[in-house]
Amino acid sequence: MSWQPTLAHYLILAAGTFSIGLIGVMVRRNALILFMCIELMLNSVNLTFITFSQYRVDLDGQIFGFIVMAVAAAEAAVGLAIVLHIFRQNRSVNVDEVTELQQ
Amino acid sequence: MEHIVSVQFDYYLGLIVLFPLLGAIINGVAGPKLPRRFVHWIGCSAIGLSFVFTALSVHGLYLNAHEGDHGPVYGSIVYDAYQWIYSGGMELDIAFILDPLSAVMLLVITGVGLLIHIYSVGYMKEESGVWRYFCYLNLFCFAMLMLVLGKNMLVTFIGWEGVGLCSYLLIGYWYEDDSNAIAGQKAFIVNRVGDFAFLGGLFLLFYQAGTFDYVELYQYATTAETARLLAPVALPAAILIFIGCTGKSAQIPLYTWLPDAMAGPTPVSALIHAATMVTAGVFLIARLHFLFTFNPTIGYVVATIGTLTAFFAATIAVVQNDIKKVLAYSTISQLGYMFMAVGVGAFTAGIFHLMTHAFFKALLFLGSGSVIHAMGGTQDIREMGGLKEWMPYTEKTFLIACLAISGFPLFAGFFSKDLILWNALTNVHILSVPEAASSATIATLINSTSPVIESGGAVDVTTWASAFHWGFYLMGVLTAGLTAFYMFRLYFLTFRGECRADEETREHLHESPPSMTLPLCALAFLSLFGGWTGWPHFIPKGVPKWLGFGGHGHGGHGAPEYLDWMLGFEHWLDEAFVLSTSHRFAPLFGSHPYTQELIATSVSVAVALSGIGAAWAIYLKNPGLPKEIADSVRGLYDVLMNKYYVDEVYNRVFVQGSVKIGSFMHTFDEVVIDGVLVDGLAWFVEQLGKILRHLQSGNVQRYATYIVLGIVLFALAIRYYQYF
Repeated sequence: MSWQPTLAHYLILAAGTFSIGLIGVMVRRNALILFMCIELMLNSVNLTFITFSQYRVDLDGQIFGFIVMAVAAAEAAVGLAIVLHIFRQNRSVNVDEVTELQQ
Repeated sequence: MEHIVSVQFDYYLGLIVLFPLLGAIINGVAGPKLPRRFVHWIGCSAIGLSFVFTALSVHGLYLNAHEGDHGPVYGSIVYDAYQWIYSGGMELDIAFILDPLSAVMLLVITGVGLLIHIYSVGYMKEESGVWRYFCYLNLFCFAMLMLVLGKNMLVTFIGWEGVGLCSYLLIGYWYEDDSNAIAGQKAFIVNRVGDFAFLGGLFLLFYQAGTFDYVELYQYATTAETARLLAPVALPAAILIFIGCTGKSAQIPLYTWLPDAMAGPTPVSALIHAATMVTAGVFLIARLHFLFTFNPTIGYVVATIGTLTAFFAATIAVVQNDIKKVLAYSTISQLGYMFMAVGVGAFTAGIFHLMTHAFFKALLFLGSGSVIHAMGGTQDIREMGGLKEWMPYTEKTFLIACLAISGFPLFAGFFSKDLILWNALTNVHILSVPEAASSATIATLINSTSPVIESGGAVDVTTWASAFHWGFYLMGVLTAGLTAFYMFRLYFLTFRGECRADEETREHLHESPPSMTLPLCALAFLSLFGGWTGWPHFIPKGVPKWLGFGGHGHGGHGAPEYLDWMLGFEHWLDEAFVLSTSHRFAPLFGSHPYTQELIATSVSVAVALSGIGAAWAIYLKNPGLPKEIADSVRGLYDVLMNKYYVDEVYNRVFVQGSVKIGSFMHTFDEVVIDGVLVDGLAWFVEQLGKILRHLQSGNVQRYATYIVLGIVLFALAIRYYQYF
């Protein structure tokens, strides 16, 4: 009898990836790394959606997954454009140095 | 009051009120640009037209009388001008009612008012900006007419406040002088105290009876079932309304404003502070007579206050040296008489005295105005004397007024004052509500001691009640003597003896112009004959009839045949005060008190004559004597001269008290409200902000950390909720 991953495994995996992404967002200063961490969190959420979709035999969760991916793609496009411009201006992508809007 | 006559000309009542208002508006808006002559014409014709329509309406009321059981019944004319308030179950109209009571008041207000307007033309000749004066005077007449004509208490209240306002404006007419403005404010503030109580009484009545309408209130108070409901609030409501009346009519304890009100122009003192406005309190009690006879306690309170006021004001008047101050205290004293009358339930006598007093007191004030005019503004009688020589008309009319107020036989005051004194002695309240199932029920409800014990059809007056009535009578007679004394002191010091004025003033002395002397003569005529509408009951049959006054075959109420020659004035008001004449009062001496009337009259005439004689002996015969007397009773003299120090006591207790409370409140406001609450809150928020500002670092990642921490805490809270 081969080993089958259960619902809990998927959820623990998703929670783990989410936490890694979250901690990354909180501690890292490089804008690109922050982006990657956000993608990580979004994808962990996607994983949860799909897991539950499969578990409950309901396609709604997968539709949510697609929507999240579409939003993530759009966000990445806009976000990277912003990061690119910040780099052109500051010669750095360190978020601590981006303070113009704080004043 | 219940019987309403419908007539074609009911809108006349609206016109009576409208003309003075129009006059006030025209003079108030266009006055500064109009020539002086126009201002005079507008002011006088407004009140003149009002007088004409009053006369027409009263004549119509007279013609529309129908024969009742006891002679003609006049009923009342009602005019609904427009609906004022319509809310829920309450309907309130600006409605006017003309009945015999308001008819008397209207004739006095418009008649005396017209004469005073004409007089003012001459008196205010040297003033600039006279349009302001005539505007206020017309506005006053408008408000006074509203007060008198109102069919419900709120219309009366509009007038009540309106006359107070005009009084304030006219007392402070020469506002450049601070003391005048302060006198106006004093009048206004003292009246506020009374008006506050008046409003309280008004609301209490409305709360119980659900109506402001006089006719409905009358029915409410005289129907057995509803009278029982009214019983618990009747005493407090009547007392509150009476406090309002003491304010407006200058009675103890709220009389102090009236002497100061003499700061206004003299015609104003004559119109507002002698003839009309100050009598509003007497009128209101007469209007609400069913409420004031509901409980004997109220009547005794009113009569006691009135008697005390009459006496103490007269004692103050004896030593005053300002011609207008003497007249002011005399007015307070005469108003006291009226309150004595309405207190013992002699409403007719009270209104009769109100009318004759309006004639002779207006005449006295206008005469004093003429004197002040001639003296170039001096009001001190110690600097006058011998003015007879220069001012024959003023002197003669003033003498007539003095005789009238002293109660000299056949002058106006004689009839009314004696009617009051006789009623004060003999009119005792009987506790009963007409149509009530059992008067005992009402008696227990209103929880008062009856002054009369009824047993087997006979009435027996209790000892305490007769003590009160003897007190009223004796104080009244004493006051009558004092009145004669101080009025003739005033007359002798002003017009007789040596002239004490300096040369400059003496050269200036002159008789006043005809616009001033003509009203004086008209009022002198009224002071002479105005009382002839009400002959005493003991005058043999035929005399008044032969003279053309009195007597419509009046023999009702089971009274003896004497009532056949009932005085005309009394019969005119008979229906308005049906409660007081037929149901609720028992004579102190049984049913034939006319011998007492004759004795009472003889006594007061004797007292008046001795008062006049004393004044003559002291002030004319021996000019040195007053000073000797004053020196021998220096203490008493000083107390009287300083008006019993009442102003000082009020100043110490109420004014300084208010100032103390005010300064305490100020401190409380600064320290607690402003310091602790307002500034304290701001300080707390500021400190909190200083701590919390460190959270707002602008570092997005730190914010994200806070969010996560919050979510974690939230999750933990949900997880372990049960343990909290």
